[in-house]
Amino acid sequence: MANRVKRILEAWPKLLLLAALLASLGFWLASGRINPYFMDILIKIGINVILAVSLNLINGYTGQFSLGHAGFMAVGAYAAAAVTMFPGPKILAMAPASLLAPATAVFFLAALLAGGLAAALAGLLVGAPSLRLKGDYLAIMTLGFGEIIRVIFRNIDSLGGALGLNGIPAYTNIFWVLAAAAVCIYAVLTLVHSTYGRGFLAVRDDEVAAEAMGLNTTRYKIIAFVVGAFFAGVAGGLYGHYTLSIDPKGFDFMRSIEIVVMVILGGMGNTAGVIAAAILLTLLPEFLRSFDQYRMIIYSLLLIILMLTRPQGLFAWKRTAKPAAQP
Amino acid sequence: MIVFLQQLINGLSVGAVYALIALGYTMVYGILRFINFAHSDVFMVGAFCGFYFGRWETGHSLAGGLLVMVMAMAVCALLGIIIERLAYRPLRGSSNLAVLITAIGVSLFLENAGQLVFGADPKPFPPLIPERNFTSPAGLTISSNQLLVFAVTGVLLIALQWIVMRTKIGTAMRAVAFNHQAAALMGINVDLIVSFTFGLGSALAAAGGILYGLNYPSIDPYMGVLPGLKAFVAAVLGGIGNIPGAALGGLLLGLIETFVKGSRLSTYSDAIAFAVLILILLFRPAGLLGKFQVEKV
Amino acid sequence: METKRLTVSRLSLLLGLLLAAGCNKSNPTPGSGGTDPIKIGEFASLTGKEATFGQMSHDGTELAVQEINDQGGVLGRKLQLLTEDDQSKQGESKTIARKLISRDGVIALLGEVASGRSLEAAPVCQEAKIPQVSPSSTNPKVTEIGDYIFRACFTDAQQGKALAQFGLNTLKAKKMAVLIDAGTPYSVGLAASFKDTYLPGGGTIVAEERYTSGDKDFRAQLTAIKAANPDALFVPGYYTEVGLIARQAHELGLTAPMFGGDGWQSGQLVPIGGVAMDGDYFSTHFSPDENSPAVQKFVRDFQAKYGQTPDAMAALGYDSAALLADAIKRAGATDNTKVRDALAATRHFAGVTGDITINEHRNAVKPLVILQIKGGEFHSFQKISPD
Repeated sequence: MANRVKRILEAWPKLLLLAALLASLGFWLASGRINPYFMDILIKIGINVILAVSLNLINGYTGQFSLGHAGFMAVGAYAAAAVTMFPGPKILAMAPASLLAPATAVFFLAALLAGGLAAALAGLLVGAPSLRLKGDYLAIMTLGFGEIIRVIFRNIDSLGGALGLNGIPAYTNIFWVLAAAAVCIYAVLTLVHSTYGRGFLAVRDDEVAAEAMGLNTTRYKIIAFVVGAFFAGVAGGLYGHYTLSIDPKGFDFMRSIEIVVMVILGGMGNTAGVIAAAILLTLLPEFLRSFDQYRMIIYSLLLIILMLTRPQGLFAWKRTAKPAAQP
Repeated sequence: MIVFLQQLINGLSVGAVYALIALGYTMVYGILRFINFAHSDVFMVGAFCGFYFGRWETGHSLAGGLLVMVMAMAVCALLGIIIERLAYRPLRGSSNLAVLITAIGVSLFLENAGQLVFGADPKPFPPLIPERNFTSPAGLTISSNQLLVFAVTGVLLIALQWIVMRTKIGTAMRAVAFNHQAAALMGINVDLIVSFTFGLGSALAAAGGILYGLNYPSIDPYMGVLPGLKAFVAAVLGGIGNIPGAALGGLLLGLIETFVKGSRLSTYSDAIAFAVLILILLFRPAGLLGKFQVEKV
Repeated sequence: METKRLTVSRLSLLLGLLLAAGCNKSNPTPGSGGTDPIKIGEFASLTGKEATFGQMSHDGTELAVQEINDQGGVLGRKLQLLTEDDQSKQGESKTIARKLISRDGVIALLGEVASGRSLEAAPVCQEAKIPQVSPSSTNPKVTEIGDYIFRACFTDAQQGKALAQFGLNTLKAKKMAVLIDAGTPYSVGLAASFKDTYLPGGGTIVAEERYTSGDKDFRAQLTAIKAANPDALFVPGYYTEVGLIARQAHELGLTAPMFGGDGWQSGQLVPIGGVAMDGDYFSTHFSPDENSPAVQKFVRDFQAKYGQTPDAMAALGYDSAALLADAIKRAGATDNTKVRDALAATRHFAGVTGDITINEHRNAVKPLVILQIKGGEFHSFQKISPD
């Protein structure tokens, strides 16, 4: 019986997606009855899931160790906010009053997509030069890009500069977050279970062998960066319209590391694990607020201990191939 | 013209500190082919050692100050060796990625533990040696602390080159850097050499930390992050694995940064270091003095 | 796929639990009537980069609450202070504000020192219609968020104006150099309002340089400034960099006097800056050596409880709590609209930081104190009344 269900699920991923979208809608409709603090947490979880799953595509499946994911998030956040704050009011003013709510929703979707595309462009810019690099160098390069993006935003006065951008309209709600998470997971899993996925894994396991076999490793690496960055941008857009005020300091190296920890904890290349890790690492700080000063210490020790004892992550149910060892 | 010369002095003194930190990065990379992310935090620990030891040194003499520096170097050398033993050695055979992640973990741990132990707010670094300012007739100024940086960096650089080129252990280090399996076959105790390298690099970081603290007497647990990243850029600029290259890279980066800071683009100065890194990696990955390494399969 | 099924089931279980836990929409009633304590929330940077500010502010607030409770509380009920640490980090204040309001049921919120973090929490308070009183956020935007947001201190607009007048009239500096921290909104805002008064007042800016908070080396910018030969140097930044700036300016032979705003206020300023700071000035909200009995009592009580001399942050933390308590008393109830109205109607409240009147922008109209650094210590130099 379980097998039948499994096979149906496998054959109808789109059905799952639809179900998830409907569930998100349901959540939103029920949101009036749920404590706002918990809604807050759910939204945070959703955003972190998107970030972690998108980073997992780059780091976990394709083996390109990116430490600048927060930079893509920043691009998406600023781009989406710029769309809703600057041309936004003028465009929405054109909508008849009775259609304002759906018009706003459609507009927000457009803003999120704009954020995602802007981030995807950034992903392309970061991905392209990094093709020549491996391992440590790639990591530092992506870190550098993340920092550069942050410094650039800090210097753009029209986007608030160091003060940050305030007064972003509060468009994010539980529906958008869960729906976006569902779409992101769907997209990543579909990609991974296709020929592209084979390409990603090949690049991760042994790039030289993959090249020797005629695979265009460049193409796969760029796709991974672009798709990963796109969703990070969407997450950024959602984040901006949730906190209502963003500033460059919130997208620094530490933020990137927090996402990296989720990916490592969940197991690189293990989407389900990464989702679980994202949920766990969003909930834990909330429950342990009084121990917050120890949080980063615990995270760092976690990283070390995980690498020493269980590099495949905490939630590896099936054996995922470990990143290739070098002689 | 005066402004230009003064900026030159400023740039070189900033660069000398980067050079000192860069030496540690480059040595470890040369031997083990990995970036020790935690290096910048050993630098920070060195500065804090100076802060605490400095309290005992009430004499405020040059000799006292140097003694504090030596003690800090010893403590950090030990710290470096312990880190290597506990966190990096067990991963010697596994992928580069795993060690990188572990290094990040160690770095974060030191920073956050430092925050817990020392407190996150900046502490005033004690003046370990008497300070004087020197002004030339033309109006150029240099402080005794800046001179100390040049002197110490120069001495340590020469000492390091001598150790690596002229001593037995230095030869062993070079052998391990070249091919550690072959070195092991020749009877070299690779573990010992690696420990020694870490110890040496960490001691240099500690010296850098003290000098940095003397010049910028405001230390906090995150003080190593940005200088560390810039020093890494400096090491890559000069050719990673190459000792004189690290020094050259450090000085160059210091100069570039200072001139940018004195210009219209001053708020981009942090980004400039990374831009330099990206440019170097794209166009001359071996660095200025390095040799291009072909990846063999 | 095995993993997918397991994930789905585990995830749904997790989410289900969450939902169940979250389904108690009933907010805990905010201590309504009777003798339950009145809950007041506070969020501050108790740890992290601005810990010195946050700790002082919190200590002042705690002292005020304790004193009020010792005297019987407000409206016959004790005050209960619920404090949360935002670790000087961006992103935490919003969640904390929401938590204090929805889960803990506070009737008002005190916080924060840093304008950026006050700005983060303000929309939450405004939306929930819970009054927020910031003890020392000086960026004008904070109270512009809405009519439930107040501050117990002056704004950077007022501070910049006063400092410009100080520069022109007291320091007689016609040629000014400005060194701005482009990384903090406080510094950028203060510099802008300074220029708004300084330039029309007949001054010229001969050099304007920028740095970023966290920088340690300012010689490049200071060399450029020295070449412009200014009469004085305005540095509207935080003490962490100001100390180093003063030191390096001194080393480079830049002798023009330096002055700045309340970001200089810290016990660590002189340890970092050393003798280079002698002869420099800064504006702040409070001076512990002021002769009034109220100030001296506050200083004594603070020293007795915490073993340190209170600074402006502590004094403002104290006043903000006292002001809130006074407003609750005047409102005669803990009802949020009544408390808000009482806050807005505050006239000539006697705080330790001066006579506080809340104006129509919900900012405090009060005097500004200029301190001079001499012999490594802060001395009152001048008091500038609001116009």
